[in-house]
Amino acid sequence: MRHSTRIAVGPVQFRIGSDWAAPIAALDRLYAGYPQDEARPADATVRLFAARPWRRWLRPSVHIGGDFVVPDALPLPLSMGLLAAEMGMNLQVALGWRRHMLLHASAVAKDGRALIMSGESGSGKSTLAALLGEGDWRLMGDEFTLIDPASGDALAFPRAVSLKNEAIAAVAARVDVARLGPLLAGTPKGDIRHLIPRADAIAAMHEPARPALLLFPRFGGEASIEPMGEGEAFVRLTEASTNYVALGEAGFAALTRLVRETPAFGISYPDGAAGIALVEQLWADAAR
Amino acid sequence: MGGRGPVSSAQTFVDLLAGRRDAATLAPRDWDGVIGVARSETMLATLAHRLKDSALPPTVAALFADQRAAAAVARQQALWEAEMARRALAPLGIEFVLLKGAAYAAADMACAAGRQIGDLDILVSEPDIRRAENALLKAGWEWVKADPYDDFYYREHMHELPPLIHKARDRMIDVHHTILPRTHRITPDALALMSDAVKRPDGFAVLNPADMACHCAAHLLADGDLQGGLRNLWDFHLMTRDFAAADAGFWGKLDARAELHGLRAAVRRAARLARDLYGSVLPSGWDGQDGSDVWYRRRLLARDDWGRVTRLLLEQAFYIRSHWLRMPPAMLAKHLWTKWRKKP
Repeated sequence: MRHSTRIAVGPVQFRIGSDWAAPIAALDRLYAGYPQDEARPADATVRLFAARPWRRWLRPSVHIGGDFVVPDALPLPLSMGLLAAEMGMNLQVALGWRRHMLLHASAVAKDGRALIMSGESGSGKSTLAALLGEGDWRLMGDEFTLIDPASGDALAFPRAVSLKNEAIAAVAARVDVARLGPLLAGTPKGDIRHLIPRADAIAAMHEPARPALLLFPRFGGEASIEPMGEGEAFVRLTEASTNYVALGEAGFAALTRLVRETPAFGISYPDGAAGIALVEQLWADAAR
Repeated sequence: MGGRGPVSSAQTFVDLLAGRRDAATLAPRDWDGVIGVARSETMLATLAHRLKDSALPPTVAALFADQRAAAAVARQQALWEAEMARRALAPLGIEFVLLKGAAYAAADMACAAGRQIGDLDILVSEPDIRRAENALLKAGWEWVKADPYDDFYYREHMHELPPLIHKARDRMIDVHHTILPRTHRITPDALALMSDAVKRPDGFAVLNPADMACHCAAHLLADGDLQGGLRNLWDFHLMTRDFAAADAGFWGKLDARAELHGLRAAVRRAARLARDLYGSVLPSGWDGQDGSDVWYRRRLLARDDWGRVTRLLLEQAFYIRSHWLRMPPAMLAKHLWTKWRKKP
């Protein structure tokens, strides 16, 4: 393709091709600090392309393709090319990756132990992870957490954090503006701005962490904590996994082990500060 | 567009499968294109099996190991679907024959190694089709096509029921009563396919070797636009190689059977293409040349380094050809008109 780049996030080596220069330039800026092995063949391919040649210039709209394609996926305007790239990368991992069990969950780590947060979009799992990652935690990822079926360890997938709507202001106030991507206003997912993880989180992206606490956050309402049984955590995580079925018995074993060995809680919180306080309180108990 | 350098990624991919190219001679970044093509052809796990013992860059070896493991799970799941179909149909005494991927897996054939298996394809005799449909509906399968025209079209003109999906397992089953659409210019002998099928020790029936190769060639050349052609051709290459090794009279039987089904031209062409792309060894009499094969070879190899279809005109031509073979002109016009009017 006319423009392309290579990005390694956690264990996945991507190659991203584009009919336009802008999305590639934006990616190169966000991922400049990530380790790069130019000789490494790609595990996954993302293509950002114009459906018709003239649509590269005339009302340019970006279609998302690659190894795996979602039929009928709507294209995005070129101004949202970076979001298209992010969606393309997520799609290839969600549908193609088989080495680990994929959880649609954020994660942070401390002392080699991982806190995993799973929830629907809007639950605040990304924001909580981003805020914790600016404190004394290592950000492992805001979108996917990988579970190694052999060891039971959690592996990081620290792509650029996708901050949405109110979270943008909350996080932007605390970080160097050089770590923020461009504001993508009015996307189908609302306003989006990417946050480059801290250098130490990127440097440690290949270090596994032992799952120590599973949280299912819910944004809104009184601050509250509800212990969750193994069965409910199991069912929720099967729903949060994009490859649980495809992994067969290995997926079942990995997930069973995860919920048996890791305490799980549902939490509700009215704002970021309250959420962080609940997390730290539960962590103090879990880490004891 | 198109592969840079003298050898395209698609050609390299085919050379690796055929054993004409040593994996150790690839530069690290050559793998990008090869993996891209293999993924686009849903043959990455096939390649992973073929290169199991080759010297590979470590990350490629790891990716291939993932693919082999995933294919083993997928195979187990596909055979489980076959078992579910048996449990639905056997109590009513409805005989069925496994087709394509599930059949290759059940018969533990060489081409099953890493082969992608999509839907469960089964063949039942036409008089049983209504009962089979009802039995499957009772056992939890549901209609996918809600559109009345599509439903009518399937029932009136196709060689299979409209696809059914199991509501709990989310897996699709295609129930065929023959191997080409009713309206196709060629009418295989469906009764012979059923009655000469081979019952395996595990209870599943599969087509006999010659019929299986006929179906493979029909699927590749008579019933589609050559999408996924490299995979079907790889199936054909490996199954004919192994059938011929087990039975010296295989090629003769294949010829006779192809004649019976009206598939002689398709089978002959599949054999020549398998020879040209994968190095099949053909008996004398089969080993000729046909000038038009070049278009098929070009279509089969029309992928660039990014896994995209190239040669769009050729692709379009094969698409039109597939419809031309499938139905008479007046009916084709009516079909395309209806489809076009229904376009959102």
